[in-house]
Amino acid sequence: MNNIFDVAYLIPLFPLLGFLINGLGRKLNSKRVTALVGSGTILLSFILSLMVFSAATKDGFSAQHLQYFTFISVGKLSIPFEFQIDQLTSIFLLIITGVGFLIHVYSTSYMKEEDNPGYARYFAYLNLFVFSMLLLVMGGNYVIMFMGWEGVGLCSYLLIGFWFKNTAFTNASKKAFIMNRIGDFGFILGIFWLIQAFGTTSYGTLFDTHGGVSLAAKGAPGVLTAISLLLFVGATGKSAQIPLYTWLPDAMAGPTPVSALIHAATMVTAGIYMIARSNIIYALSPLTMTVVAVIGTATAIFAAVIALRQNDIKKVLAYSTVSQLGYMFLGLGVGAFSASVFHVMTHAFFKALLFLGAGSVIHAMGGQQDINQMGGLGKKMKITYVTFFIACLAIAGIPPFAGFFSKDQILSAAYAANPLYYYLGVGGALLTAFYMFRLMALTFAGKFRGTEDQWHHVHESPSAITLALIALAILSALGGLVGIPEVFMDHGNKLDAFLSPVFSEAQKVLAVHPASSPQTEIAMMAISSLLIIVVSIWAWNKFRKFDGTVQEAGAFARAIQNKFYVDEIYEAVFVKPLKAFSGFLGNVVEKSGIDALVNAVGRGVNYSSRQIRLLQSGLVGNYILLMVAGLILLLIIQFFTK
Amino acid sequence: MLGTYYTFPELLLWLPLLTGIILFFIKNTKAVKGVALAGSLLTLVVSVISLFYTDVAHHPEYLAYNNVSYVWMPYIGSSFSVGLDGMGFLLTFLVAFTFPLIIAFTHKEAYSHAGVYYGLLLLAQAGITGVFVATDALVFYFFWELALIPMYFLCSRWGGASRIRVTFKFFIYTFAGSLLMLIGILYVYLHTAPVTPQSDHSFYIKSFYNTTLSPAAQQGLFWLFFVAFAIKMPLFPFHSWQPDLYETAPDSSVMVLSGLMVKMGIFALIRWLLPVFPDAFGKYESLVVTLAVISILYGSLIAMVQSELRRIVAWSSIAHIGLMAAAIFARNNISLQGAMIEMLNHGINIIALWMVVDVIEKKTGIKKISELGGLASKAPGLATFFLIIVLANIALPLTNGFIGEFLMFSGLFEYNKILAAFACISVILSAVYMLNMVQKVFFGEAGPAIRDISVNLTGVQKLVLSVMVAAILILGIYPQPVLHLTENTVAAIMMNFK
Repeated sequence: MNNIFDVAYLIPLFPLLGFLINGLGRKLNSKRVTALVGSGTILLSFILSLMVFSAATKDGFSAQHLQYFTFISVGKLSIPFEFQIDQLTSIFLLIITGVGFLIHVYSTSYMKEEDNPGYARYFAYLNLFVFSMLLLVMGGNYVIMFMGWEGVGLCSYLLIGFWFKNTAFTNASKKAFIMNRIGDFGFILGIFWLIQAFGTTSYGTLFDTHGGVSLAAKGAPGVLTAISLLLFVGATGKSAQIPLYTWLPDAMAGPTPVSALIHAATMVTAGIYMIARSNIIYALSPLTMTVVAVIGTATAIFAAVIALRQNDIKKVLAYSTVSQLGYMFLGLGVGAFSASVFHVMTHAFFKALLFLGAGSVIHAMGGQQDINQMGGLGKKMKITYVTFFIACLAIAGIPPFAGFFSKDQILSAAYAANPLYYYLGVGGALLTAFYMFRLMALTFAGKFRGTEDQWHHVHESPSAITLALIALAILSALGGLVGIPEVFMDHGNKLDAFLSPVFSEAQKVLAVHPASSPQTEIAMMAISSLLIIVVSIWAWNKFRKFDGTVQEAGAFARAIQNKFYVDEIYEAVFVKPLKAFSGFLGNVVEKSGIDALVNAVGRGVNYSSRQIRLLQSGLVGNYILLMVAGLILLLIIQFFTK
Repeated sequence: MLGTYYTFPELLLWLPLLTGIILFFIKNTKAVKGVALAGSLLTLVVSVISLFYTDVAHHPEYLAYNNVSYVWMPYIGSSFSVGLDGMGFLLTFLVAFTFPLIIAFTHKEAYSHAGVYYGLLLLAQAGITGVFVATDALVFYFFWELALIPMYFLCSRWGGASRIRVTFKFFIYTFAGSLLMLIGILYVYLHTAPVTPQSDHSFYIKSFYNTTLSPAAQQGLFWLFFVAFAIKMPLFPFHSWQPDLYETAPDSSVMVLSGLMVKMGIFALIRWLLPVFPDAFGKYESLVVTLAVISILYGSLIAMVQSELRRIVAWSSIAHIGLMAAAIFARNNISLQGAMIEMLNHGINIIALWMVVDVIEKKTGIKKISELGGLASKAPGLATFFLIIVLANIALPLTNGFIGEFLMFSGLFEYNKILAAFACISVILSAVYMLNMVQKVFFGEAGPAIRDISVNLTGVQKLVLSVMVAAILILGIYPQPVLHLTENTVAAIMMNFK
C-alpha cells in the first residue's frame, strides 16, 4: 500500500459492512459476534484514519480529491461521488473513529441486557451512524455532505427511539428528526443557491485558490450572505442552536452511549464542520458572521442557565452540550475557525466521558437518573468518580485540562472581535463550572439519598466500561496540549498550524485583529481561571451537604426548571395553528369548497340534461319547430359576424 | 423479431393486451393468476431486453417517435404509429417492471370472477403502455380511454364501501377531461399540414409539433389539454376525485392507478402539451407553477391531519405529483431531468407503500392509524420494509426519492427562488406526516386489536418487497444510467424553446 488515499474509501466501507452484517444477521449472530463485528469494523477504520492523519502531517501534503463515479450529471451540472481529505477531514476522522471505537466497546457491555436481535439492531444502527458521519466529513461536495448529514439524522432518529415501545421515546425521536429537517430546509436551499451561483457543489472547484482567489470568493456579496445564512439554518438544526435546539434535551431518551457518541461527540458538531468547511463564504459575509457569533453566544448562556436547575443527570449534560456548541459557534462567528475545531475535539473527549460516566452511574443505580436520589457514589465507584472529575475539570476550563486551552482560544479571539462576547463567554464559563460541580457533588459526594436496596446494588462497572472511561480521561486531561497558546510556548499551537492551510484564504480576508499584549492575555487567563476555580469550589461545597430536601423554588427558578417554557411556546405558536389550519383546509376548504363545487357542477349537468331531455317529446312538429328556430339563429349569427 | 429495437413498443403493447383478452375466457382462478403473472413477466422480459437498445435513442439519426407505423385510417390522416424515446423506454419499463410485482404481491387475494378482474387489469396495462408509446394523436387518445375504462370497472365492481358513487365521479370527471382534450386534438388536427396524399391533415405527432397556431388559439387549446391532464395527475384544484377513490379502490388497482396511471398526465404534459403549444406554455407557466406549488403544500398539509392510512398516502401523492408538475413548468434542464427520473421513482415508491399499507389493512382489518400501534414488535421484517419505503417517500439521500426531488427543487429554485422555498417546505411536512404514520402504526405497545393477529408476510411478498427495496437503493445510489436515458428527450424539449 504505497498510498493510503487509494484505500481511503475503506474508512466508511468497514462500518457499512458492519451495519449490513449485524442488520441482516440480527437473528443469527450471537452477542459475541455482534460485538466483535460492531466494534472491530470501527477499529479498522480508526487504524486507517491514523494512517491518513500521519500522511496529512507530512510536508508537502495537499488536499486529496478522490473521485469514484458520477452520481448525478445533468446538463452542465455534475455531482460526482467524491471524497476530499484534507487536514480538517483528518482531524474529524480521528475523533469519529477514535471516540466512536471507545463508545462501541463501552456499548458491548452497556447494552448486554438486550436480547440478541435487539443487541444486533443496536450495533447495526451505531455502525450505520459512523458510516454516515464519515460520509459527511469525507464527502468532496455539499451533496455528499448532505447525504451523510441526513444519514446521521436518520440514525439519530432510530437510536433515540431505540426502545420503540415507549411512546415518549418515539415522540422524542420524531421531534429530533423534524427539527433537523427544518434546518435541512435551509441547508438544501443553500445548496441550490450554490448550484445556481457557481454551477458546482464540489469543494475542490469552489475553494481551491490556485494561488489566487477561489471561485467561491468571487461570488457577489449578497449571494454569499444568502448562502451562508441558509447553510447556517441547517447548522442550527443539526448542532442544536437557538431556535432549533429543543430536540437535543429530549434526545436523551436514547441509550446513554448513543447520547455520548451522537448527541455530544460527533453528530451535533456537524454544523461546526460545515461552517469550517465553508469558511471563505462566511469570512466574506460579515452579516452572517455576526449572526453566527450572536446566536452562539446566546445559546451558550441560555442553555447554561437552564442546566443550572436540571435534576436529570443526562439533561444537565444535554443542556451543557447545547451550551458548549454555542461556544464553538461563537468561535466560528469571530473567525477563529481552528479554535472552534479544537473545541470540537476537546469537547468530544470530555463530553463523551461525562456521558459514559453518567451511563455507568445510571447502570449502577438501576436506571435511576435523578441526581436528587443519588449522592456518595464516589465511595463505591472509584474509577467512574475520578474520570468524571477529570472531565469536570476539563469542561469547566481549569488549566491544564483540555477544555481550558480550547475555550481560552475561542474567548481570546472573541475578545479581539468584541469584548462583549468575551465577558458573556466568561460568564457562561462560570455558569458551566457551577452546574458541573453541582452535578458532581450531588452524584458522587455527600450521603446516598436513594433506597437501601439501590445502595446495595451500586457497584463499579465492568472493565469494558471503565477502560473506555480511562482512555477518555487521559485524552480529556492531556488533549489540550496540542494547542498551547503562543504566549506560553513558541509554536505551541500545533493544531492551529496543522489546520492553517484549510483556513488560509478566510484568514487573509478577515482583518487580523491587533493581538492583545502577552501580559494582558496572561492576566485575562489568570483572572478567568481563578474565578472558575472559586465558583467550582463554591458549588462543590454548597451541594456536597445536600440532604435531599428540595426547597421551594422562586418564580425565576421555576421558569428555569421548566426550560423557560420554550417547548410550550413552540407548541402554541407553531404546531397548534398549523394543525388547525390543515384541519381547516381538509374539512372546510376541501369538503365544502372544492369538492362541493365539483359536485355542484355534476348536479348542474345532471339537472340540465334532465330538462333538455324534456325536449325529446317524440312530436315531429316540435322537432321541426326547433330545427327552424335553430336555423334562423344560425343565420342571424352569420349575419352579424360578417 | 427481437433484436430490432423498433419492434419493442409493439410487443410491449400486444403482450398485455393479448394476455388480458385470453384471461376473460379462463374460469379456473389458479390458472388465471398463473397466466396473468406469466403474461406480465414476459412483458417485463421484453422491456428489460429493450433497455439494451436504449443507446439507439442517443444516435443522431434516431428520430424519436418514428418507429412503427401501420395504415389505420389513411383518409383522415391517422396511422397506427408507436415508438419509443428515452422517456418512453423509462415509462414502459416502469409499467412492465411493476405489473408482475403487483400481481405477485396480491396473489393471495380472492376476487370473484378472477378472470375478468385480471383481464381488465392487463387491459389497463396495455392502455397505459399505449399512451406512453403512441406517436399519433388519435392512437394516443384511444389508449388514453382504453386505460380509463378497465380501471372504472375494476374500481366499481371490486372496490370497497361507497365504490359506486366514488368511481362514477372519477369516471365522469376524467372523461369530461378527455372530451376537452379530444376537442383540442381535433382543432389542432385541422391546422396540420398533410403528410400523405389521401388526407388534408394528419394526426401524426410531428405534424402536431409543426403546426403554427396563433398565440390566441394556443392559449385556448392549452387549457383544453391542460385540464384533461391536470385531472388525470391530479393537480389542485382538480384533485377531489382522488382521495375517495384511493380509499375504496381494490389493492392491485390502487397501485396501478396511483403508481402508473397518474404518470399518464405528467407524461402527456411533456409529450403533447409542452411542444405543441410552446407560446401558451410560456405564457401560463408561472400560473401553473404557482398552482402546482399550492398543490404541494395543500396535499402535504391535509396529509398531516388524516387519520387513515390510505388517505395519508393519497394526499401525500397529491403533493408529490404537484412537485413534478411544478418542475415540468419550470422548464429547465435540471428540473425536467428531475421530473423524468421522479416519474420512475414515484411509481416504485408509491406502489411499494401501497403494498405495505395493504398488508397492514388486510391482516388487521384496521384503517385508522390511531387504532394500530406496536406492529414493529409483532412484525419486525414488515417494519423494516415499511421504514425504508417511507424514507424513500420523504426523499432521504441514498434512496431513489432523493434524486428526483433534489433535481426538481434545484431546477425550481433556478426558475423562482420564492416558489422553490415554499415548495421545499414539503420536505419538512412530509417528514411530519410520514414519521407520524410510522410511529402510530409500528411503535408503542401492541394494542388489543392486533395482539392476537399474525402479520407475517408470505415468501412471495417478502421477495417482492425485497425487489422494491433493492430498486429504491440501487436507483438512489447510482441513478446516472436513468438520467442518461432521458437526456435526449430533455435536450429535444429544450431545443424547442431556443
